[in-house]
Amino acid sequence: MMSIAHVYKRDHINTDEIIPARYLNTDDMAELATHCMEDLDTEFVKKCQPGDCIVADEDFGCGSSREHAVWALQGAKVGAVIAKTFARIFYRNCINCGFYPIELDGATDKISNGDEIEVDYEKGVINNKTRNKEIKFKPLPDFAIEIIKDGGLLNHIKKG
Amino acid sequence: MSMTITEKILAAAAGKKKVEPGDVIDAKIDCIMCHDVTTPPAISMLREKGIDKVFDADKIVVTPDHFQPAKDIKSAELHKRLDTWAREKKIKNYYPVGKAGVCHALLPEQGHIRPGEVIVGGDSHTCTYGALAAFSTGIGSTDLAAAIATGKLWFKVPASIKFVLNGKLSKGVYSKDVILACIAKIGTDGALYKAMEFVGPALKDMSAEARMTITNMAIEAGGKNGIIGFDDVTKKYLDEHLKDKKEYTVYESDPDAVYEQTIEINCSRLEPIVAFPHLPSCGKPISKCAGVAMDQAYIGSCTNGRMEDLRIAAQILKGKKVAIRTIIVPATPEIWRQAMDEGLFDIFYDAGCVISAPTCGACLGGFMGILAEGEKCVSTTNRNFVGRMGHPKSEVYLASPATAAASAVEGKLADPRKYI
Repeated sequence: MMSIAHVYKRDHINTDEIIPARYLNTDDMAELATHCMEDLDTEFVKKCQPGDCIVADEDFGCGSSREHAVWALQGAKVGAVIAKTFARIFYRNCINCGFYPIELDGATDKISNGDEIEVDYEKGVINNKTRNKEIKFKPLPDFAIEIIKDGGLLNHIKKG
Repeated sequence: MSMTITEKILAAAAGKKKVEPGDVIDAKIDCIMCHDVTTPPAISMLREKGIDKVFDADKIVVTPDHFQPAKDIKSAELHKRLDTWAREKKIKNYYPVGKAGVCHALLPEQGHIRPGEVIVGGDSHTCTYGALAAFSTGIGSTDLAAAIATGKLWFKVPASIKFVLNGKLSKGVYSKDVILACIAKIGTDGALYKAMEFVGPALKDMSAEARMTITNMAIEAGGKNGIIGFDDVTKKYLDEHLKDKKEYTVYESDPDAVYEQTIEINCSRLEPIVAFPHLPSCGKPISKCAGVAMDQAYIGSCTNGRMEDLRIAAQILKGKKVAIRTIIVPATPEIWRQAMDEGLFDIFYDAGCVISAPTCGACLGGFMGILAEGEKCVSTTNRNFVGRMGHPKSEVYLASPATAAASAVEGKLADPRKYI
């Protein structure tokens, strides 16, 4: 699926920026989505089209264990987050929710804001159409891809 | 066959003799902490999937804390979902409003944390319990749902970083300053995916409560868990707090256990530290930052809302008046009552502070002390991210209860050592 990259050249984009705690009195995905990335970029929700990707530097998703951060991204129809590194709990939450966290060294150098990209999650290739370049990344382990394809951990468990 | 304490606990929980960093294991869970923000979604997920079973109702501890007592209709609905479920599942260790407290202060205080056990909670600061020689880590709602249903979770065994706390803390310098110094040294992802094991002579003089402040903030360096080995201080705390089940297993790191890194901190040379916006790693010694004007002081939270913290604050506030709004939040009902019995409330009241019911409240920008645009708050909490305590253009300065109290008196960042 083609998507536009929204690049935030920054480390430590934290869960409070992705979904501020003042909105944690609900777990409704559609409502959370309206506040996605609000404390980092108030325009994000308006700009984001279904399937678009967020691109950032180190330690994306640090802070709280709130899965609401992933739900807000999913609700806003973000396709994936591509970052140099991820915080541990957020990374695990992404897989559990059926959402792709892509680790890519030098992510914000290889992808610029507004670039058109296409991601092959299983092969580990990002096709940067704007730059006409293929970028390789280490795909998630098979079990994690299985969980994501099943739509998250609980669906995966239920499927047995 | 040498292992660290973290590796030994995880090996035992997985029924293995030996584990190594990077091993993926299926671990038995001994205790699950559930609160009002992340548990209601977990309950809904279980219902949706038709999973009705709770693996062991006696190993689940439930307390509303983030928005307790309910701050608005939506949080009241979350509490209702939590309450209905806890009663339906006959959760013995349910602490409803009146008994409810900030989870990471409440669970150790009520005797739910034992050395050698594996504890998970739907909250990133679940790493706090490592101060009692347990493995504990924060998880999201889906993992929480899986743990509630099965009593098991998979973990990747983390490599360990050893923090050697040398020397002795001088007057006016506390465990909060130690952990802020550690995080300033390695950064907010310096221990990403790692176990942070704290050892060294400076721990000897720290109470179990003071140690919890250190392990509480392991996540602020990206750590999977923070852990401190068992000693006389741990034993005394457990003797005073464990209730029904008093037996536990003590694991110790082997002398030749492998650490990815060893970091030494000379605690004798530390001074009070304030972490500037907007990362917990932006610590500065008070001698380099005193004088920055504040609008509010906040003393509470799972980091520093325990009895010892309130006593330290009271020692400084006694007979003085605060120059800015000062909010005191005892972390649990027992702490609240003890503080009242000891006369601390009189000191706080006379100084012009407001005293809140136990709640996570303003620490995460919930309620009970939210900041307006442009306001600055010196706070004993654990995070100072953008918008953490209110308006995205407000600022949080993390500090010890002593530094927060001294700053409350002066209305600006102040060195507590002159008041002690």
